[in-house]
Amino acid sequence: MKFDIYDFSVLTASIHESLGSMMGETAVMITEMVIVGIIFLTLFAVLGLILVYVERKICAFFQQRLGPMRVGFWGTAQTLADVIKLLLKEPLITKNADKFLFNLAPFIIIIASFMAIAAIPFANGLHAFDIDIGIFYITAISSIGVVGVLLAGWASNNKYSLIGAMRSGAQIISYELSVGLSLLTIIVLTGSLQFSEIIESQRDGWWLFRGHIPAFIAFVIFLIASTAETNRGPFDLAEAESELTAGFHTEYSGLKFAFFFLAEFMNMFIVAAIGATVFLGGWMPLHFGALESFNSIMDFIPPIFWFFGKTAFIIFLMMWFKWTFPRLRIDQLLTLEWKYLLPINLINILIMAFFVLNGWYF
Amino acid sequence: MSTEVVNEIKEQDYFINMGPQHPSTHGVLRLLLSLDGEIIKSVEPHLGYIHRSIEKMCERDSYKMIVHLTDRMDYLSCHMNNEAVCLAVEKAIELEVSDRVKVIRTIMSELTRLSSHQLWWGVMGMDLGAITSFLYGFRDREMITDIFEETCGARLTMNYNVPGGVMFDIPDNFQTKVKEFITHFKKKLPEYDDLLSNNVIFRARTEGVGVLSNKDAISYGVTGPSGRASGFSCDIRKKNPYSAYDRVDFKEILYSDGDCFARYKARIDEMWESMSIIEQLIDNIPEGSARETTRAVIKLPKGEFYQTVETARGEFGVYIVSDGKKSPYRLKFRSPGFSTLNALNTMAKGGKIADLVAIMSTIDLVIPDIDR
Amino acid sequence: MTREELKNKIISFGIDISFPEEETPFLTLSVNPSYLHQLAKQLKEDTDTSFDYMFCQTGIDWLENMEVVYHLRSTSHGHEVAVKTQITNREKPTVDSVYDLWKTADFHEREIFDLLGIRFNNHPDLRRIFLDDNWEGFPLRKDYVDEINIVEL
Repeated sequence: MKFDIYDFSVLTASIHESLGSMMGETAVMITEMVIVGIIFLTLFAVLGLILVYVERKICAFFQQRLGPMRVGFWGTAQTLADVIKLLLKEPLITKNADKFLFNLAPFIIIIASFMAIAAIPFANGLHAFDIDIGIFYITAISSIGVVGVLLAGWASNNKYSLIGAMRSGAQIISYELSVGLSLLTIIVLTGSLQFSEIIESQRDGWWLFRGHIPAFIAFVIFLIASTAETNRGPFDLAEAESELTAGFHTEYSGLKFAFFFLAEFMNMFIVAAIGATVFLGGWMPLHFGALESFNSIMDFIPPIFWFFGKTAFIIFLMMWFKWTFPRLRIDQLLTLEWKYLLPINLINILIMAFFVLNGWYF
Repeated sequence: MSTEVVNEIKEQDYFINMGPQHPSTHGVLRLLLSLDGEIIKSVEPHLGYIHRSIEKMCERDSYKMIVHLTDRMDYLSCHMNNEAVCLAVEKAIELEVSDRVKVIRTIMSELTRLSSHQLWWGVMGMDLGAITSFLYGFRDREMITDIFEETCGARLTMNYNVPGGVMFDIPDNFQTKVKEFITHFKKKLPEYDDLLSNNVIFRARTEGVGVLSNKDAISYGVTGPSGRASGFSCDIRKKNPYSAYDRVDFKEILYSDGDCFARYKARIDEMWESMSIIEQLIDNIPEGSARETTRAVIKLPKGEFYQTVETARGEFGVYIVSDGKKSPYRLKFRSPGFSTLNALNTMAKGGKIADLVAIMSTIDLVIPDIDR
Repeated sequence: MTREELKNKIISFGIDISFPEEETPFLTLSVNPSYLHQLAKQLKEDTDTSFDYMFCQTGIDWLENMEVVYHLRSTSHGHEVAVKTQITNREKPTVDSVYDLWKTADFHEREIFDLLGIRFNNHPDLRRIFLDDNWEGFPLRKDYVDEINIVEL
């Protein structure tokens, strides 16, 4: 098949060469790491700003109102103003709180998000950490976030935060199972855990369409489980427990609260990116196996737009859930996972394996 | 005189405060929950944060001034509260109001009931997490408050009923605006069903939660839609009709389950019935005077007088003991929320904290009504 | 049942009651506080009267005595009655609680205790309900004086 997808590896290879001509091996490596670090930091901040603004606008449109309109053109500078406000707040700490753990908790969550985002392929050649156990690495890293949540609740020395943290911890650990298993359903098709290979294998069409029924079920389960993973949407009992308390981040103020807040949006981005990569083809344009001319037309749109478009679609779905449904009680949440999603997931994997053995997929 | 304080909460119970400041708009109420992990062992309401000694003030004020105080009690059912006092006074001085007044009072009461239920629906969704419903409820309520603003001059504490009739006659565009609202809301109310009533999560959080048996409802005196959802047939509009309720045709909504979902359905169905009552009356408002003249200072004859009306929350009663002067000797308001709050412990015991939130939103309390 | 039938039925209970001469909206009867609970129990349990719903419980301070008025309604028959009881002891007024018959008395009696000072025997938890626990005095009494808070017209 002939097409030429825009390839970033040309750009990165040229940067690498020009650096190599200027300094020695180790210096090149360190410079590249610093550059990548800075790019990701900026990406984190910019994406956070954009996502918060988008959430407020989408929420407003669902509720038939306009949302932020005054700060900046159509309210675009609203998040920036909020960040400045948060930075200017007094960083409080409760009297008998464990100081070291209290300060450490938000950092653990942010570090977990950073490490996860490093492994996500943004475009062809724009992939920071292409390890051969890609999916495994990401699910393992996202488990580290739970430690931050529990530490925050414990170190606050506040019984409401503790209740919130316990619930949140139970929720995240339970739903990680479903996320992992639903991703595994597609791995059965691809045969490899590495992200770049997963995307390559979708050159002829995305797994959501090619894997038909089991892939579709896995996608739905992935959406539900990942919304629960990130404490969003109808599963936000731990934090929007404004019925009673404000959850595990009650005692935080100022920049540390901003970290928690930001980490929630980045987690949402990460799970949406993983979903887009595994089910919807990552940066791979929409191809249907035999339609060559259709495929060449699709190739004109750069892969980075494909990636962000698909991620944005999944993020929109997650925001739609949050602003429509009431929230579940903690026991209903755990019942959903252990009594419904887990058995369905297991059976789904069996069906998928059966289909793959018989070659009943596109 | 020393007061004995009997403490129900023992020292070793794990208790939390759902403090006076609430994220939801029920009002200033402090609930002391005694917990066993996640399960509630007892709920103890602490009242008095908005106690304004209205009953004591009524012993000093004249009857026309008392009407103004009743708005501030259950501010979501102003017209009905005002109507109760006006009807009691009119019965006592044997003043017959014209048909026009009766029909106007009924229409305004039903519009108030609708707006109160719309607010309740919005807040219910918000308490349970579907924040969007709050804005939908308020959006639809705006049309009613606009009608009230044009007719009565105010949006919240309307003071429209006076002994002898209504304060001003209805404006010319009243009938068109009300009919417009009814047509608009008839399309929107099924949307409410789509958003909440048929939602799996909502049903799972309200069905079987906070059950109040029929016997308990009668014993605790829980009236209104909350009582009727437990099978307690107590609609004052049917039992002791007043104003124009004897000439309209409507059903009394009764359900037998007594759980949160039954209370929810009872209120939604009441909204349909209210719209049907308004439709029956709006086209034929009889001619007549909108206000009979009364003396400037009304003096009730010696004796006792009682009047009940059906507000959006239940049976609201006014008990006047008069000794012939211009203020009552004793005036007691029987508030519906007071009795309903009494039953909260029975409904919430054994459930979880999240269930308590669902129960509080379905019994639809307005705390100023309880504290008076 | 009509007022006459109800009146005769209640007289047939055999408890010492009196009927006031004034015109009242409901059938009204007065009973001595020591017979109150017995009368209330019979009113509730007798199948012809079956007053299972107490819709209002009021305390009134007539300066020579204190009065508690119980308004009862029957959900099955639809008739209503008002039971009054006069308590002569103004220093320590007490009367039996009817909590065991109608649970709504829980809050109503607490309110009467809070604002008028009438104590109810056998009430499960008699504390002030609106005012602070350490409030002195009973505001709804006619001889309650508070120069700061009460505004006379």
